[in-house]
Amino acid sequence: MIASASAQVSLAYAFVEREIALSKRYWAWELVWLVYGVVTSLSVAYIGLAAPAITGGESDPAAVSRFVLYLLVGTITWRFLGLIFEQMGETIAWERWEGTIESTFMAPVPRLTHLMGMCAATLVRALGFSVAILAAVALFVPVDLSHANVASALVLLATGAVAFIGLAIGSSVFPLLWTEKGLQMAYIVQAVVLLVSGVYYPTTVLPGWMQALSVISPATYVIRGMRDALLDGADFARIWPNLWPALLVGAVSIPIGLRLFLWAERYAKRTGRLKRSG
Amino acid sequence: MAVQLREGVRTEKKTAALAASRVCKTFRPARVVPGGGTTVRAVDDVSLSVWRGEIYGLLGANGSGKSTLIRLFSTLLTPDAGDVRVFGLDIDRDELAVKRLINRVSVEASFFKKLSAMENLVYAGRLYGVSPDESRPKIVSILRRLGIEDARMTEPLEKLSRGMQQKVAIARAFLSTPMLLLLDEPTTGLDIRSKREVQTFVRDLRDEHDATILLTTHDLDEAARLADRIGILHQGRLVAEGTPEELAARHGGGTLEDVFMTLTGRRLDDADATDAGRST
Repeated sequence: MIASASAQVSLAYAFVEREIALSKRYWAWELVWLVYGVVTSLSVAYIGLAAPAITGGESDPAAVSRFVLYLLVGTITWRFLGLIFEQMGETIAWERWEGTIESTFMAPVPRLTHLMGMCAATLVRALGFSVAILAAVALFVPVDLSHANVASALVLLATGAVAFIGLAIGSSVFPLLWTEKGLQMAYIVQAVVLLVSGVYYPTTVLPGWMQALSVISPATYVIRGMRDALLDGADFARIWPNLWPALLVGAVSIPIGLRLFLWAERYAKRTGRLKRSG
Repeated sequence: MAVQLREGVRTEKKTAALAASRVCKTFRPARVVPGGGTTVRAVDDVSLSVWRGEIYGLLGANGSGKSTLIRLFSTLLTPDAGDVRVFGLDIDRDELAVKRLINRVSVEASFFKKLSAMENLVYAGRLYGVSPDESRPKIVSILRRLGIEDARMTEPLEKLSRGMQQKVAIARAFLSTPMLLLLDEPTTGLDIRSKREVQTFVRDLRDEHDATILLTTHDLDEAARLADRIGILHQGRLVAEGTPEELAARHGGGTLEDVFMTLTGRRLDDADATDAGRST
């Protein structure tokens, strides 16, 4: 049993090692995404700093600082969750583009191990990017974390990652089913999640039907909880109302995502879609 | 299970490495495409057996169903009907065990192009349970034997020629020591020298490592040079099977080209040109 688990970990690590090697070879693109992440986060932070000038309201430094942190928590947490979503969504599309999809799916690796390996690689990359973006933004914009409860924030981030993995695995099914337009479909799902999850605003400002969607998005709870933890120092008991729904979404979405993926793989094999592009 | 099977089958003699029975595969157009596409019966009631240690050549024009058949045997496609077994294991029910026994080289070398041959092969080795400590020396040895210099092994694969990439693809398949190797037109597009090197390696692979090889080709010389037995596929059907001598004797003597023409009504080159558009 232990030997078997160890063998599966070793197989899963193959995907982590591969992704690290690919990141090194595509370093220029990684730099582009990093700069893009820093610039978009900084832009959002400057909107916060400029809020009094834009609205003509009072320029209470404490309120502005809180508003900036409110926006930054949203944008950087979304960057972290979004990267998980994007990279998992591209699991199939990327291999199809490289032409390696057939050799990967022919390999004697259980699909669960394959996907867990990809998830691990994705988490490493998303965490690295998010920390680097936060550090870079802090160089330009004063970030007041004096009230932050870092432990609560880390628990929420870890929970959010798990919750998003199920959603991301589910969305990676699109490129498996639709060889040409599947990735675009996955991006649309990601965009809708961004809209309804309160990344830059409280979900209460949304129309009723969008608020209904926000209830099933794990990002809603993770971002709300992250704000409680980093702006108001919420402890574990206070973040629990946001933690348990995220855990519940993860517990439900991961098995559903895996089931969907396995079904889509069988369908792709039946219809001849498990092949490289071109 | 696959390991036990490896030990078991090596002690037996006449074992079917691959047994396909009445296999059919049809591709239908997507329903959402208005008036687009036609139904293609790519593989039509094909039955064949490849014996352990044998090199079996599947000969056919473009679009005859060769690649579809290989993809069915590779677990990348599921048949609509029929039964496929690899060393007695059902490719559907025992998929993971079958995957441990087989490997495939396709007409296009499929790699992460920015990664080097070494990085690609170490990754491939890991997927087949071969640790980097074990795989690295083995990779160097195989690639050297295939005529790839040490310095080229760490260059991104996109910088290697098509012939070299195809050799790396063969090395990748060899690395997992497959009991059944599926070669889908491995020498198509290669220059004469690379073609000969690959053919020699394929023969050595069978002779030295007890591998069974199913080779698809539309190169008559290659089929005659490598294959112990040849099957001729025409429009998805296996229309003849036997050693080159048996085929010649059964179908009016002459060369393999003559046999092909007798069975299909066309020369292989003409058939390639005519059937190039047929989807498989």
